[in-house]
Amino acid sequence: MTGVEPTLADDALPEVVAGQRLTRRDIRRLKWRRFRSHRLALASAVVLVILILLCLSAPLVEWILGMDPSRVDLDRLREGPSADHPLGTDELGRDVLLRLLYGGRVSLLVGFSAAGMAAVIGTLIGLLAGYYGGWFDSMLMRFTDGVIALPLLPLLIVLSAIDLQALGVSADLAESPAISVWRIVVIISLVSWTGVARLVRGATLSIREREFVRAAAAMGASGKRIMFVHILPNVTTPIIVATTLSIGSVILFESVLSFLGLGIQPPLPSWGNMLTYAQELMATAPQLMVWPGLLIFIIVIAFNFFGDGLQDALDPRAMSD
Amino acid sequence: MIAFIARRLLGTFVLLLIMSFVIYALIGLMPGDPIDIAINADPNMTPEDAKRLKAIYGLDQPIVSRYLAWLSSALQGDFLFSRLHNQPVFDVIMPHLWRTILLMTISFVLATAIAIPLGVWAAARPRTWADYTVNLFCFAGKSMPAFWLGLLLILLFAVQLRAFPASGFETVGDGSVGDVLWHLFLPVLALTLLNIAGITRFMRGEMIGVLRQDFIRTARAKGLSNRGVLYGHALRNAMIPIITILALEFGGLFSGALITEIVFGYPGMGKLIFDAILGSDFNLAQAVLLFTTLVTLLANLGADVTYAAVDPRISYS
Repeated sequence: MTGVEPTLADDALPEVVAGQRLTRRDIRRLKWRRFRSHRLALASAVVLVILILLCLSAPLVEWILGMDPSRVDLDRLREGPSADHPLGTDELGRDVLLRLLYGGRVSLLVGFSAAGMAAVIGTLIGLLAGYYGGWFDSMLMRFTDGVIALPLLPLLIVLSAIDLQALGVSADLAESPAISVWRIVVIISLVSWTGVARLVRGATLSIREREFVRAAAAMGASGKRIMFVHILPNVTTPIIVATTLSIGSVILFESVLSFLGLGIQPPLPSWGNMLTYAQELMATAPQLMVWPGLLIFIIVIAFNFFGDGLQDALDPRAMSD
Repeated sequence: MIAFIARRLLGTFVLLLIMSFVIYALIGLMPGDPIDIAINADPNMTPEDAKRLKAIYGLDQPIVSRYLAWLSSALQGDFLFSRLHNQPVFDVIMPHLWRTILLMTISFVLATAIAIPLGVWAAARPRTWADYTVNLFCFAGKSMPAFWLGLLLILLFAVQLRAFPASGFETVGDGSVGDVLWHLFLPVLALTLLNIAGITRFMRGEMIGVLRQDFIRTARAKGLSNRGVLYGHALRNAMIPIITILALEFGGLFSGALITEIVFGYPGMGKLIFDAILGSDFNLAQAVLLFTTLVTLLANLGADVTYAAVDPRISYS
């Protein structure tokens, strides 16, 4: 539905003759060719690798610059780029470059973990519903439909406003910045699993009827074994594609919650919470709102294009143009 | 058809009832209940006082009985009192609701009017630069953090050009139609841009799918003009799923406008939700959240019903 680049034409693999049996290597090459033909996806993959490497190298950059990303310097507020602060300083005199790199680590960590956790929840629900069928299936799917129909953003705001101490978490732990990362991961994955669940359920319904599954059942395999050993490996491709495509929206959710002050808690930087005071600072230091927003935009669009290319390459049936 | 709608309405009602309890329970877990506030306001309060206050507010009761008390008064049309606004919740919601509907309707109509021709136009020339550009724009819209777009528009139009106000609904003491429209410009622009991207994306995809079907080739072979094929045959068929998506988008706008309202300080439902939650106005938060849920659920129901009504191939099962 969304390929920006033309999809693979029939003549794109001249060495593959119609009817010829493809080896594993041929298939891998075919997939790579398809991915490569989606030029924006390829460019996005490069951008993602660079951004991830940059964020991972944050401690190295910190060492080179000889600075601490949380060091406040009240003599040097809202400065422009200079030799020792390549991207300038923020409203508390902290180095913008270092905070961007550390913020990127948080955004990526949340993006990957929440998308991964959502994939696990969705896969479990989808497998159970598709495999057992009947009233159990309709109950789980009604539940899924219900979650899909909810207004997500208001719900996320309520979930982030919950007082963890009311759930029995100790006060020290509830207010530590680290827990703000993990609570955001849990909250976002709680509302993001529905797509994968529907996908896996649909695939499970059809795979369940295939001969090899029946053969396994006839040989006495347990339901658990059939689900995880026989069905799951056959649905990994759509799960991977859907999960990649969801990372972008997860990062957007994280950034908006952090922007509103409900997500990642300062002093831990995130691209969202670096923009929290952008509005008040707009007249005096508009340059501060450029980088965090631009990086969110770039990383989300890169994940979306990358996922789109992955879909074209791995799961061509899901494609409509 | 009637039975289908009735069944779906019942399902919607059940889900709404479940959500009303879930929301009630979640709000109960938020910090800042009336006792916390009283304790903060009066440091001399003893634990015994707090306990007595709890009993007065009924907070010593288990959550289920508190919920049932809320439910019974809500069913009688009484949504209790808003602490932040010092008004009955219902009276607080009404003006905010109209302002959100105003914002949403304008940007939704604009976005639909632009996105549908744009999607058709791009789909009619696949794999050209025009198509790539439109698709790139759709991806950009999907990947754009709504709050950052709002900040950029404020920076450009309000801070740099000083052409439009950065926030609010009207100038105090003015409030004429022109003044309101002037204030609406930036939030409408932000929402419309994001909506155009979303709707065009679906429209283009649907059109490409329809244009590939056999009856389009037949229509062309018959000698129909390109225009006739596009608008007479293809668009009519592509519109079936688009109507569903439009209904869903309209429901989604209700929570989607939330960020735009907050960034632009627009006093609508989204901002009301946010302020109620942050300000621990539990009665207001409960009512507004439930109302938003209801609108989203009804939009979903509307989408399903129109889908079944528009497409004769779908049976009401």
